[in-house]
Amino acid sequence: MTKRKSLLLILSLIVVLGTVLAGCGNSSKNESSTGTEQTGSGAETAVKKGGTFKMNLHAEPPTLDPALAQDNISGTVLNALYAGLADLDADGKPQPAAAESWDVSEDGKKITFHLRKDGKWSNGDPVTAHDFEYAWKHVLDPKAQPAAPYAYQLFYLKNAENYNAGKGDAASVGVKATDDYTLEVELANPTPYFISLTSFYTFLPVHKSAQTNPKWAADANTIISNGAFKMTAWQHNGSIELAKNENYFAQDKVNFDKVNLAMIDSSATELSMYQTNQLDYSGGPTGEIPSDQIPTLQKSMPDEFKIQPYASIYYYVFNNKAEPFDNAKIRKAFAMSIDRKQIVEKVTLGGQVPAYGFVTPGVMGENKQFREEHSDTELLSENVDEAKKLLAEGMAEKGYTKLPTITLIHNQGDGHKKVAQAITDMWKQNLGVDVKIESQEWGVFLKNRTNGNYQIARSGWGADYSDPMTFLDMWVTKAGNNDSFFSNAEYDKLINEAKATNDQKVRMDNFAKAEKILMGDNQAVLPIYYYTNVRLVKQNVKDVYIDFSGNVHFNNAYFTK
Amino acid sequence: MARYLFSKFFYMLVSIFVLATVTFLLMKAIPGDPFMSEKAVPPEVQAKLMAQYGLDKPVMEQYGIYLNNIIHGNFGVSMKMQNQEVSKVVAESFKYSLRLGLVSIVVSVIIGVGLGMIAALKHRKLMDNVAMVLAVIGISVPSFVLASFMQYLLGVKWMVLPVAGLDGPLTYIMPVLAMSALSIAFIARLTRSSMLEVLSADYIKTARAKGLKNISILFKHVIRNGIIPVVTYLGPLTANVLTGSIVIEQIFGISGLGKIFVYVITNRDYPMIMGITLFYGIILMVARFLTDLSYGLIDPRIKLNAGKEG
Repeated sequence: MTKRKSLLLILSLIVVLGTVLAGCGNSSKNESSTGTEQTGSGAETAVKKGGTFKMNLHAEPPTLDPALAQDNISGTVLNALYAGLADLDADGKPQPAAAESWDVSEDGKKITFHLRKDGKWSNGDPVTAHDFEYAWKHVLDPKAQPAAPYAYQLFYLKNAENYNAGKGDAASVGVKATDDYTLEVELANPTPYFISLTSFYTFLPVHKSAQTNPKWAADANTIISNGAFKMTAWQHNGSIELAKNENYFAQDKVNFDKVNLAMIDSSATELSMYQTNQLDYSGGPTGEIPSDQIPTLQKSMPDEFKIQPYASIYYYVFNNKAEPFDNAKIRKAFAMSIDRKQIVEKVTLGGQVPAYGFVTPGVMGENKQFREEHSDTELLSENVDEAKKLLAEGMAEKGYTKLPTITLIHNQGDGHKKVAQAITDMWKQNLGVDVKIESQEWGVFLKNRTNGNYQIARSGWGADYSDPMTFLDMWVTKAGNNDSFFSNAEYDKLINEAKATNDQKVRMDNFAKAEKILMGDNQAVLPIYYYTNVRLVKQNVKDVYIDFSGNVHFNNAYFTK
Repeated sequence: MARYLFSKFFYMLVSIFVLATVTFLLMKAIPGDPFMSEKAVPPEVQAKLMAQYGLDKPVMEQYGIYLNNIIHGNFGVSMKMQNQEVSKVVAESFKYSLRLGLVSIVVSVIIGVGLGMIAALKHRKLMDNVAMVLAVIGISVPSFVLASFMQYLLGVKWMVLPVAGLDGPLTYIMPVLAMSALSIAFIARLTRSSMLEVLSADYIKTARAKGLKNISILFKHVIRNGIIPVVTYLGPLTANVLTGSIVIEQIFGISGLGKIFVYVITNRDYPMIMGITLFYGIILMVARFLTDLSYGLIDPRIKLNAGKEG
């Protein structure tokens, strides 16, 4: 009897575990986001000092060590805790923060940062250039435990890549504190966007106590920060409490006394909490608003509901090496025969913007946003008749009388499924092609996509920094993220040229040409829409904004009186 | 008794071993790793991470290391929540699940037995019907439906209770009700039928004939005998409360073990998954064991002798 009971117990536990495993969708929010927009005008409204700002992080930040962070939940908290050399304002432009000024050399390969003298850590210690040097070299340290997954964000520094690969020493890396308040940076290539990169979390400084306590970032008591807020409590998987940092150099601009960051992963619960005033801010990029509620909320609370595009794209990737998508005309036919406007207006409902190119709005070009300088409408047009013609031509080129069976894969999720159904319907109707849909668990899906074990797969990409390079260098031959297996010598050449020059005009021209090869000529991927961020902000909260990588900034936000 | 305890303990160890092995194999069977993301990590960095966590070793070797660590009580460090020890995370979050679980077990037993007794004593009267209709509702409405419904009605619409969290007496009401609805209903039905049986037993008739007061018959004889099925149910109930809390904790945003369990599985946080599974396994086995022991206390007829128990 006992034996049977225990056996039964184990079996049932296994079944439960199995079910949970099988049923788990992708709840991790991998697509980092971008975009800048100011929540409120802020100019005339009266600023109320103090108050507790409450928002939802969705989940426990995987880490609060800037060296190890790689997601926008961690990023949002780190933004409040730390001040980098520069900080991005609501328009996405870098502004002096821990550094009060910087000089860039003629060839763009040497930058000298001058740190402000009144920068202090939350325990009163001065913030010095050595803290930055240590932090950056720590990220690159080949022996770091655990290794920094975003180490390559620092490969712009001279010799950084070699050092990280264990092939050079730390002294050769292009970052050096020449005195307490001067940081000299040498770059491998001219990088016009390097200043804005210094606001990114991988570039944040860490306090020297980190050198002796490897576990410093796991506990509120040992996190010493130099930003607008300091951490007062961290109940793991529950909530994080921040308080205004009285040692922060710009503390007169910090209005909230406290910030309470919840970790609620059910979007329905998050919405209920917002509606009952347990949250002041709900929705993206860290939280989530249930998509079926969007139309209702838009009508019922128009003053609190906000939609804004941000630099992130939702697209389908064609496997350029698998039949039948190894033919450019067939790829083009598929891309031309869907109605993107219909998809964003009838299916996704979040005010998304139809995408025809790959570089999203929100990233900077030469003078204005890249997308304003180079429109995406020339890259792709929706035209069913033309698509039919191209499909026929493509099939003739491949010698098909009938297309092989085509399967579209996506990771689990209602949203992905609805979009896939709508698009396959359009293909059926417009091209007369049957495409099967397969939903896969996140890990399975990623593996299939990276290994090229698919024909069409869902994909998403968000900017790492505010430059078209973040969208285009992933498609060069054999790049780690090039799941399409697209390979074009001319394209590779254009991107490599852009990497080697500091001339923004040449760079942007090259990007425009490269994008035309990628999309216009070859249609290596099928763009669907540019993401939008949907959120609810209480009317008395002003000046919360989102930066290019989807981190929420509330350092200078305030409640109105 | 000693032999009984020994054999019970032995089977528990075997069960835990099997559980650990199967969990380990399942983990290895599903594709993906803790470091996967939409943006591919460069292969060198990925290789470095895999090596640091020993994931590059052959599966059998990993299994050996894993078993060895467990024997030494070392459950490792989370791969996704930086520098947080598995045992610490489990201890910290189980606090909430335990509080919620205990309260709902107590509530289930008190309300369930109460309803059942009323139904049995007022057999075939209005109260009986009302109690049994409630029981049917409790059994047929899934806890997550009840939870969302209450959250909407009491939390959002009427704003009488906080919608999420577990940091005050009021916050307990909705999650506890949602979690215990099923067990209340079940216990009520169990109590009712077993009490009806006892009430018609000869010794009760004898007691009545002796002129004992109704109230003392109820407490001395009826409840004590009628409650045994409920005690039997406490083991499964504990299991119910623990696994049921996964959904409830999600809905009410309670940072308990269930909520973390789902999170770590999605993120392939191997040490955390193993740690929590084993922990659940042990809790369930211990609950079973205690249930078996408690039979002896309540009903002297059940003797726990090795090999013949049950």
